[in-house]
Amino acid sequence: MKTQKIVVIGNGMVGQRFLEQLTSRLSIEAIDVTVFCEEPRAAYDRVQLTSFFAGKSAMDLSVVPERFFEEKAITLRLNDPVIAIDRERKTVRSARYREVPYDKLVLATGSYPFVPPIPGHNRRGCYVYRSIEDLEVIRAAAKKARIGTVVGGGLLGLEAAKALKDLGLETHVVEFAPRLMAVQLDEAGGKLLQRKIEALGVTVHTAKSTREIINGEVQAHRMVFADGTALETDIIVYSAGIRPHDALARAAKLAVGERGGITIDEFCRTSDPDIYAVGECALWNGRIFGLVAPGYQMAEVAARHVAGETDSRFAGADMSTKLKLMGIDVASLGDALDKTPGALNYLYTDPVQGIYKKLTVSNDGKQLLGAILVGDASEYNGLLQMMLNAIPLPEHPEDLILPAREGGAKGLGVDMLPAAALICSCNSVSKGAICDAVMAGCTTIGGLKKETKAGSTCGGCVPMVKQILDAELRKQGIEVKNHLCEHFPHTRQELFHLTRIGGLKTFDDIITKHGQGRGCDICKPAVASILASCWNEYVLKPKHAPLQDTNDRFLANMQKDGTYSIVPRVPGGEILPEKLIVLGAVAKKYGLYTKITGAQRIDLFGARVEQLPLIWRELVDAGFESGHAYGKALRTVKSCVGSTWCRYGVQDSVGMAIKLENRYRGLRSPHKLKMGVSGCTRECAEAQGKDVGIIATEKGWNLYVCGNGGIKPRHADLLATGIDDATLVQYIDRFLMFYIRTGDRLQRTSTWLDNLEGGIDYVKKVVCEDSLGIGAELEADMQKLVDTYECEWKKAINDPESLKRFRHFVNSDQPDQNVVFVAERGQIRPARADEKETEEVTA
Amino acid sequence: MTARPNIDMSLKQWTAVCAVEDIVPNSGVCALVGGQQVAVFRTDDDRVYALANHDPFSNANVLSRGIVGDIKGELVVASPVYKQHFSLATGQCIEDEAVKVTSFAARVSNGIVEVEA
Repeated sequence: MKTQKIVVIGNGMVGQRFLEQLTSRLSIEAIDVTVFCEEPRAAYDRVQLTSFFAGKSAMDLSVVPERFFEEKAITLRLNDPVIAIDRERKTVRSARYREVPYDKLVLATGSYPFVPPIPGHNRRGCYVYRSIEDLEVIRAAAKKARIGTVVGGGLLGLEAAKALKDLGLETHVVEFAPRLMAVQLDEAGGKLLQRKIEALGVTVHTAKSTREIINGEVQAHRMVFADGTALETDIIVYSAGIRPHDALARAAKLAVGERGGITIDEFCRTSDPDIYAVGECALWNGRIFGLVAPGYQMAEVAARHVAGETDSRFAGADMSTKLKLMGIDVASLGDALDKTPGALNYLYTDPVQGIYKKLTVSNDGKQLLGAILVGDASEYNGLLQMMLNAIPLPEHPEDLILPAREGGAKGLGVDMLPAAALICSCNSVSKGAICDAVMAGCTTIGGLKKETKAGSTCGGCVPMVKQILDAELRKQGIEVKNHLCEHFPHTRQELFHLTRIGGLKTFDDIITKHGQGRGCDICKPAVASILASCWNEYVLKPKHAPLQDTNDRFLANMQKDGTYSIVPRVPGGEILPEKLIVLGAVAKKYGLYTKITGAQRIDLFGARVEQLPLIWRELVDAGFESGHAYGKALRTVKSCVGSTWCRYGVQDSVGMAIKLENRYRGLRSPHKLKMGVSGCTRECAEAQGKDVGIIATEKGWNLYVCGNGGIKPRHADLLATGIDDATLVQYIDRFLMFYIRTGDRLQRTSTWLDNLEGGIDYVKKVVCEDSLGIGAELEADMQKLVDTYECEWKKAINDPESLKRFRHFVNSDQPDQNVVFVAERGQIRPARADEKETEEVTA
Repeated sequence: MTARPNIDMSLKQWTAVCAVEDIVPNSGVCALVGGQQVAVFRTDDDRVYALANHDPFSNANVLSRGIVGDIKGELVVASPVYKQHFSLATGQCIEDEAVKVTSFAARVSNGIVEVEA
């Protein structure tokens, strides 16, 4: 097959989508693609442009998959606009390169902002709002300005106003029409939006026609309006609509519309069958589509046609839109302005909350034709699906927009949607495609986004994607996903229950009764943890030892070179000077690297396996015990210094932290547990980032649960307020045991709560109101664990059977020659490979 | 990862390393055999297996400290560092076809574990 030469002009979102669609259909051998791009960077997300001001970088906004151009062997010419098309010779000529020939040419030139031709429109300090470069210029100019004005109160204009506001300017919006977003909203909706935006400090001037822009008296410019009024400003940003970029097409004598736009047919072909146009530069059926979703549809149709498919046609697109403007939800669907003859309306307004909702329905009251939502657009997805799929209206259509009443099911269940229902309009993903991906093993939102692209552009459909995911998983039987591993057809929760109720004491008993095979490194540590939570036996008993992860197996934390680190318990972070000296002396004697941890303890690194019992002996003799830093167990209870010393403290946070740490030390759980106690609301112990956080108030303790730091920070939820010491311990007992019983393997309390049906309210009912009637049982279980606590280090150093395993070789007293340290900042660290001796000591 | 040189095995011999009771069933120990570190595993049916103790992913000598189990019926040890699985019988890494650790013949003879290296 002959290689097709394809030239694409423009690398915006739609041009990029065309490339992805094309290269997913044709091999790199079949096509030779050259892309010209006027901008200095490859495609980025223009929809999210405003977030550039909110701290996102140009990289964050990129929509090009990593190494896309290299892997697809596409030539990308940035900063190089095409200046002419020669249709006779089938070549294009660019500003910086010579001619490039094409078999097929695709125009994805997009649009440019319309600047009203008023006198003074091109004064210094007047900008447009379209590209990252535009934003950079505006940002620089804003530093020297006080007032910024946006010309245009449409969708983009309000985005630009938000950007100016974020830059700290006094912000004005000037709109020609009598209301904001005149294309999408009716008068009531537009007025409400205006009120809300003004409440945020943006001044809106509607029905203003600018006559001229002249020198200001106080600020840089003075905008003089047709009604004789004026507005002074330092910066003017035009966002009064877009115009298709069709100059190249005009010069090449392609057919264009009367008011601009390159005319295309249903295959997105222009009047020259070898030239296509897609996106905002294209005119279909007399219409320009200024949203990304229809552009994506055109990109796919054109790519399919170039690849030889003729069954995919562009047939117009829905222009419904939902967005958040300065935190205000706004949505407009279908025939929002009641243009259909005989259309009827349902209205709901809440002037206090600032909510306006309008349904437009057909004359017979059976079909939804359109809607406007301002202030609360949570029904958008459901209404859109109902409209696009022509699902008949319910008996009481008003229920669709009225606030949900107790017990009343609201909106539209995803199960009612046909497989063809378009869920993600940005990326044309149907419900069927999402279901297929779930069927094929995608079980997370992140996975679905990657697999189907649904929800990866504007993100508006993500709640609906989540509902579909949940519904599909339910249909498949969710336990498939929650089986512990191939050896146990049970969730951890079920296995915990079976172990506890069945009185099972060993892994062998459990796998014989409830599993199959020999077990693995997933189920063995999980079962070891369950056994410890149920019966609290010594974890290095011969029956239990082989189940433990290496850290539990050696009661220390394995580091990258196979040595271990040792963390003694320092309850509440309070430590005697004598004990600090012991830690220093031990570290010096064994040449250990020492570091203060984030959990107010001291970590000793670089102990070889045979040194562990020797070091523990010295620590235990000095009154230390294991800190369980190696276990999926309670780690530490962090505290601030509290009322004993602090001028602000209202309760003894250190005393409470020590009490709690000594109560729950050694407690094995689905994952590690961290706690914190702050002596006042200044929260110096960062308790709200902990699994269990306690904050002292003058009225008693406030108890927070399920916080997390680390990779996915989560602010803890408030479980109870103003409680006394006894109630605090009672609630923590119940909370921890409830989590230990019901959590999944390696599930922190934060994810546990996020996945718990009923959320924090449910936990409150179980813990504080004892709604399940298991409060006493949970407390008794916890008390048993507290009563049977033993220091594992002490146990190990007094048990000859355990001690046998603390040597590197079973048949030699030599240490591992591969463990090599070098010095850095006065302490040891593991040698890198290039620092070790050249001869390898390993097998 | 650098390729590891093949060690010349032409002069193999059986070496006694420990009593079978020295290895807790379903776990491993490390033995020094002719200057090489060998991880020796015992299953609960008293079979023994021997692999190089060196974990090629972390470059630490720790395979003997991994959890012994099975994956789809194949006996494996999971590296305690990054959790890759290695077949006890062949040393083949389950996650990465291109990685294999050296395996050694091992047997129990009169209650003594012996490794051929």
